[in-house]
Amino acid sequence: MTELYRLAKLIRSKNAGPFELTFDIMFESQEIYQRVTDSGMITEAVIAEKYNLQEKDVKLYFCANAYAVKATIPRPYTQGDPRCSDSHGGQQYAPLMSIDIP
Amino acid sequence: MQEVRVLSPTGACGAGYLEASFEKALELMPHVIGMDAGSTDPGPSYLGTGKTAFPLSAIKRDLRIALKGARKLNIPFIIGSAGTAGADTQLDIFAKLIREIAEEEELSFKLALLYTEQSKAYIVEKLRIGKIRALDPAPLLDEDVIARTEHIVGMMGAEPYIEALQAGADVIIGGRASDTAIFASFPLLQGISPAVAWHAAKILECGAAAVVNRKTPDCMFAWLRQDHFLVQAPDPALRCTPQSIASHSLYENANPFRLVECSGVLDLTHSTYEAVDDRTVMVSGSGFIETDQYTVKLEGAELVGYQSILIGSIRDSLIINQVDDWLDRLRSRIQVRCEMIYGDEFTSDEYLLHIRVYGKDGTMGPLEPEKMITSHELCIVFEVTAKTQEIANTLAGIVRHQALHLPIPEWSGLITGIACPYNQLERGSVYRFNLNHVVEVDDPMEMFRLSVADVGVSVPKKEYAA
Repeated sequence: MTELYRLAKLIRSKNAGPFELTFDIMFESQEIYQRVTDSGMITEAVIAEKYNLQEKDVKLYFCANAYAVKATIPRPYTQGDPRCSDSHGGQQYAPLMSIDIP
Repeated sequence: MQEVRVLSPTGACGAGYLEASFEKALELMPHVIGMDAGSTDPGPSYLGTGKTAFPLSAIKRDLRIALKGARKLNIPFIIGSAGTAGADTQLDIFAKLIREIAEEEELSFKLALLYTEQSKAYIVEKLRIGKIRALDPAPLLDEDVIARTEHIVGMMGAEPYIEALQAGADVIIGGRASDTAIFASFPLLQGISPAVAWHAAKILECGAAAVVNRKTPDCMFAWLRQDHFLVQAPDPALRCTPQSIASHSLYENANPFRLVECSGVLDLTHSTYEAVDDRTVMVSGSGFIETDQYTVKLEGAELVGYQSILIGSIRDSLIINQVDDWLDRLRSRIQVRCEMIYGDEFTSDEYLLHIRVYGKDGTMGPLEPEKMITSHELCIVFEVTAKTQEIANTLAGIVRHQALHLPIPEWSGLITGIACPYNQLERGSVYRFNLNHVVEVDDPMEMFRLSVADVGVSVPKKEYAA
């Protein structure tokens, strides 16, 4: 097993507008991208579990030409809401780093 | 036109770019310069207050270099989302800066202003006739929400810019605009296909963000042709690769294959990215699906209240181990103190006390999967939001005093349980975004106002009036 952050060249999170958060998991090569996507460990269910969400809240995209996987979830609080903790959504990716890839 | 060359000096006006890169880019003979000057990223307060996120001196520097370059080549300079949120007052700030630069540099040109702020009456009318549609996810919208909103802006597509260009504008300052519309408008007017124009615009709008080895905000350049475009960063040290350009379509979009614009959807499902050389990429195969119904996205910000905050930290492991319970007890005590001061009718609905616990879940809040605290210290940020600044200040003072001396069962006697580097701070008014909706319009200009004026010294006339 290898933790996802050791395989990705970049894992990031960012606002996709004030109401959604989006995650990009990017790989250096076709080979690593294939290894990770073939592992079946990047699914709506896995991401939902990492963020205490329901599976239907996670939108997942595989972008083969960018060697990247993308996921989008609703923000718990709208950007700038008094309870919002991360205005740019930039530090919300950390739980994805530890996904184990066979 | 066979080829349209577009220069984007920076991803955000005010964030800066290298003058050397810009000079190199001018040698590539661009037909147009575009500059994105806004975003919702810095939060709702800029739409709420009309202030700009970047300092005016930094904005003016970025405008000056681009404006001088555009006038030197006699090409249009197109700005969008002026002043962060594109509110009318922010557009006026930009117009003033552009006029100042024109005077200082002795430049003359035709200046177009595109105002995008919406009247509440117009939005209410559209809501009543069912022409406002919620996006997903969207907050509730009714007439009360509209009444509460400080500023509402509509996000322009390419058409208002095209109208300004057709009116002969050399410099266009737009209020809120789709980032891509700033860069797609001129190529569309020149007959470039929507697929090529919008996809190139998507890469250009962030400046050099799509390069492999980003150093600082900098210039990006594209050559738009019939069925493809080339993209390159003018700084020779920066490289675009097929992967770096392909990945950029992911950035800040919910869906990486479908990018929604007012007039349709840019479809990147079949886009291909090929290396032309070690720093230039050719993009082809993108599609653009025209929509049956033109839509304009709305952004709005409403006042939540006035805020005061207190920052403190806890080092005592006994308190750290019971921090949730400690905070519950603190909340109760604060409410008791409020009733003593303001009376029984001052319920907890009169204020919002939000407490962030760094070292526990301060960064992620409800999204935090890690439940165990392993830190030897916690930072706690208390935020009080209330109807007036006076109430917020009073409550923050109560929070401070109650938190300082809140007892725990393990210690007897008066304790001081929180370390505060300073007393409470006033944050002033705070806002929230309250719209994620689109308006269905028949005419792309319906929601926007264009004004055109000559700026700078008038061209000397050959003969004098008698």
